[in-house]
Amino acid sequence: MAKTSLYDTTFCKTQQRLALRNCGVIDPENIDEYIAMDGYRALGKVLTEMTPDQVIDTILASGLRGRGGAGFPTGMKWKFASGNRGNVQKYVCCNADEGDPGAFMDRSVLEGDPHAVVEAMAIAGYAIGADQGYIYVRAEYPIAVKRLEIAIDQAKKYGLLGKDIFGTGFNFDLSIRLGAGAFVCGEETALMTSIEGKRGEPRPRPPFPAVKGLFEKPTILNNVETYANIPQIILNGAEWFSSIGTEKSKGTKVFALGGKITNTGLVEVPMGTSLRHIIEDIGGGIPNGKKFKAAQTGGPSGGCIPAEHLDTPIDYDNLLAIGSMMGSGGLIVMDEDNCMVDIARFFLDFTVDESCGKCTPCRVGTKRLLEILDKIISGNGEMEDLDKLEELANYIKSASLCGLGQTAPNPVLSTLRYFRDEYIAHIVDKKCPAGVCKKLIRYEIDPEKCIGCGMCAKKCPASTIQKTDYTAPGHKLPSMKIEQANCVKCGACMDTCKFGAISKH
Amino acid sequence: MDMINVKINGKTYSVAKGSTVLEAAKAAKIDIPTLCYLKDINEIGACRLCLVEVAEMRGPALGPWRMVTACVYPCTEGMEIKTSTPKITASRKMNLELLLSNHDKKCLSCVRSTNCELQTLCREYGVEFSRFDGATQEYAIDDHSPIIRDNNKCVLCRRCVATCAKVQGIGVIGANNRGFDTYIGSTFGINLADTSCINCGQCIVACPVGALYERDDTDKVFAAIADPSKHVVICTAPSVRAQIGECFGYEPGTDCEGKMVAALKALGFDGVYDMNLTADLTIVEEATELIGRIQNKGVLPMITSCSPGWIKFCEHYFPEMTENLSTCKSPQQMFGAVVKTYYAQKMGWDPKDIFFVSAIPCTAKKFEVGRPDQSAAGVPDVDVAITTREVGRMIQKAGIDFKNLEDEKFDDPFDIGSSAGAIFGATGGVMEAALRYAAEIILGRKLEKKELDFVEVRGTEGIKTASYKLGDLTVNVAVASSTGKAKELLNMVKEGKLDVQFIEIMACPGGCVNGGGQPIQPAKVRMDKDLRAIRAGVLYNDDANETLRKSQDNLAVQVLYKEFFGEPNSHKAHEVLHTKYIKRGL
Repeated sequence: MAKTSLYDTTFCKTQQRLALRNCGVIDPENIDEYIAMDGYRALGKVLTEMTPDQVIDTILASGLRGRGGAGFPTGMKWKFASGNRGNVQKYVCCNADEGDPGAFMDRSVLEGDPHAVVEAMAIAGYAIGADQGYIYVRAEYPIAVKRLEIAIDQAKKYGLLGKDIFGTGFNFDLSIRLGAGAFVCGEETALMTSIEGKRGEPRPRPPFPAVKGLFEKPTILNNVETYANIPQIILNGAEWFSSIGTEKSKGTKVFALGGKITNTGLVEVPMGTSLRHIIEDIGGGIPNGKKFKAAQTGGPSGGCIPAEHLDTPIDYDNLLAIGSMMGSGGLIVMDEDNCMVDIARFFLDFTVDESCGKCTPCRVGTKRLLEILDKIISGNGEMEDLDKLEELANYIKSASLCGLGQTAPNPVLSTLRYFRDEYIAHIVDKKCPAGVCKKLIRYEIDPEKCIGCGMCAKKCPASTIQKTDYTAPGHKLPSMKIEQANCVKCGACMDTCKFGAISKH
Repeated sequence: MDMINVKINGKTYSVAKGSTVLEAAKAAKIDIPTLCYLKDINEIGACRLCLVEVAEMRGPALGPWRMVTACVYPCTEGMEIKTSTPKITASRKMNLELLLSNHDKKCLSCVRSTNCELQTLCREYGVEFSRFDGATQEYAIDDHSPIIRDNNKCVLCRRCVATCAKVQGIGVIGANNRGFDTYIGSTFGINLADTSCINCGQCIVACPVGALYERDDTDKVFAAIADPSKHVVICTAPSVRAQIGECFGYEPGTDCEGKMVAALKALGFDGVYDMNLTADLTIVEEATELIGRIQNKGVLPMITSCSPGWIKFCEHYFPEMTENLSTCKSPQQMFGAVVKTYYAQKMGWDPKDIFFVSAIPCTAKKFEVGRPDQSAAGVPDVDVAITTREVGRMIQKAGIDFKNLEDEKFDDPFDIGSSAGAIFGATGGVMEAALRYAAEIILGRKLEKKELDFVEVRGTEGIKTASYKLGDLTVNVAVASSTGKAKELLNMVKEGKLDVQFIEIMACPGGCVNGGGQPIQPAKVRMDKDLRAIRAGVLYNDDANETLRKSQDNLAVQVLYKEFFGEPNSHKAHEVLHTKYIKRGL
């Protein structure tokens, strides 16, 4: 039998690994292996051959946009912070506070290729004129933290961090700061407030961090994946990078593929790849012959994309246009068994929990949105609730202080836009079409099929299944019946019944 | 000043570069609602009520219209601003509905009813109830200290938090928990009484709603007045007369001494006295103590002790400097002590039968009355301290028509106060009064009229320093108001950067006229007007027009020494008029 390389599988073949290029290839705890893969050559190049402005121009020309979510042009961000080099204290920060449930691309880069981030931050420091960097990483990523520490130590020993790097007189030092797991600390101003040792809460912009950031000094903050692209852009040139991707979104994007999909994991594809290609080809489609219903991108604050948009080439702008967002690259696939109202509720529950409580729309508004969804899910919804949902969601979007609140209503708005019929089914018919919302479903025993074995009653955690007086023709024992009032809708009875007598309605 | 042009609601205005949209609108006489905004203190864009629509120049053309927070968003050249559109109105109404949905709407008896910024906004925007009622938070009221916090009414604007940390340099309150569960409280939710809170009450005057208020002691006073066995007397602090009018709709800066005295008499007090008198007594005692410390190489610099908020601050944050505090009791405590010793003796009253009330601009005085070593006659010197606001409420409750009262005068024998005592109410006032006394003692002659003004220590600056040559002696002095500024000043002293012999410190910014017990003016008024200066103006006016301008010339004070104390700092004076401090630490 011929051996097939992993790289020949459909899963790998159409991927293009730039940010993840060294992950799983080199020993992340060995700087020599990174150097063998051209590591720190980009830093050497900028320090010895390029002026800081040339570095910024290269990044600008590459068209690289921030991979953390908003997609702001990275070169532009650097340019804003580049004034007055050498005369003011400046900082370079790395956002490694990956908080989206299910997303782990930053973690993979940090664990698999930490030197890429270290090198890129030093390049950024040279570009804007900063001599100190901070990596803000979640404490829940102990391996990433450990490998970063090793990488920083090794780079210092090799003279690639610290004083007079490459003998050019350029100084740059890096420190790690651990986040305590608050989702909002992924927001740039909250992250900096947290590094300053205060409660991690966002502050209004302007002033933007490029003007007044960490410790009120000019600061740039980029995401891990953004940094992972920098050394290659420097080495291969802006034109190389900008030849990949779409007109407005260059390069590749890593997605964390999950949910109802055959192949889960990180996938890195050029910008502009269609959702259909990612899901059906790379992801291997939906298991168990189920039908695709929606894909959720952008993490808890993204939106749900229906089948009709599967062929949309994915980039920052297209995703926004269809009511979702790139976010950090979470991609959760949902099939016909998922209730879209329940999905909206699930993501909103997360943001309600993670709201910092500073501004009114997010603190109170998201809570009220969640309550309306709860009302609908429990069968008490009224049609006017849909108008309230929409009005409140749009208000929170336009009035919140930071990105968390401004995007928190996206799951509600996008499901209302594409799956309004499901909301109406919950409200008008008092039914959950996907059979997920417990208050709207019931399990029933068909007395004609039930042989009265009683296995369901034994399994029932609520002891709510009893014998009846009725014995169906051909059966010896009386059939069983579920007392609906006490049923907890766990489905254990249906799973247990060998005779197909129990069904969900 | 660099100016830029902006268009507000279609009309072009020239505004100072660096102005926020809110400031530009204010200059254009356009009101934008705010709730969390407190000028210079809390500019955090948190409440989102001040959202307006703006479009900024993007190259040669106007960019897209966006919603921004007026309170912090800077104006840019060519910016267009709309402050009132259906979208903005809908946004503000929604915001108010959300706030109301988690607000204890017991407005009828709320201490801030009719003076509540949330209530005012709801009235303006016609928001009566919320369409989004749902879960609400229920918090226990923290009433273990004179500062009471009712988080059921809190709108999380954080004005109190910023005031405590940034103005007062204390920071014992902050946001706990997060999201919908966020509440303002102390670390681990402990009671304020168990923290290093100094009871200054600046959080109360910063609060837009009824979430913070002082412990109401007026019922105790009404009960005492109704008790025929008690001699119920009240003395009023210098600054109360300058602010009590604000409780009755007068503009800030209106002197209502005559009406105030008349109202208190109408309330049924047996004696209505002027605390300016014991302010004078404090000066004589304190300045004598200072001269003694200078001559006998005692602990210097000596620091004033009349502000109880400052005293507790010193005990917590500078315990090593409690030796520097003057041992003089505050004028309030001296008054109670004098009435319950000297006057009780003179009238043949049992001190236990005297109910001594002080009307003060201060919430920390409520804490002070319970301090140890403040019971010269074996009973507490002062029974109850009530704030200017409580005095106002008592007058209202008793149905007294304040505005139409005929002026009356303080009662004999405690009716004389010099204007040196009066200016105690403003920052620098104690210093100036003390200098008028010390200068005469040191120079050994009477000061001429033109020598009485020590203007360098006047004004609302947080820290003031001055140097005076009195004969051969050079006296270096410093004045700080707000404990935040006090911290700065004392650190300079500790680091040897400032060499002074005498320091005046008032816990509240601007001194007692801006005390935590004073009538509350909304953030909008505080944005336009410097209340510290306007209110202090009443006292300095009084000083300018007064002939009795030195504490030592107060005949009533002279009688006290003649009949009771002997001389300043005598043994008797020490027993009755001086006290001790506690090294509390943190």
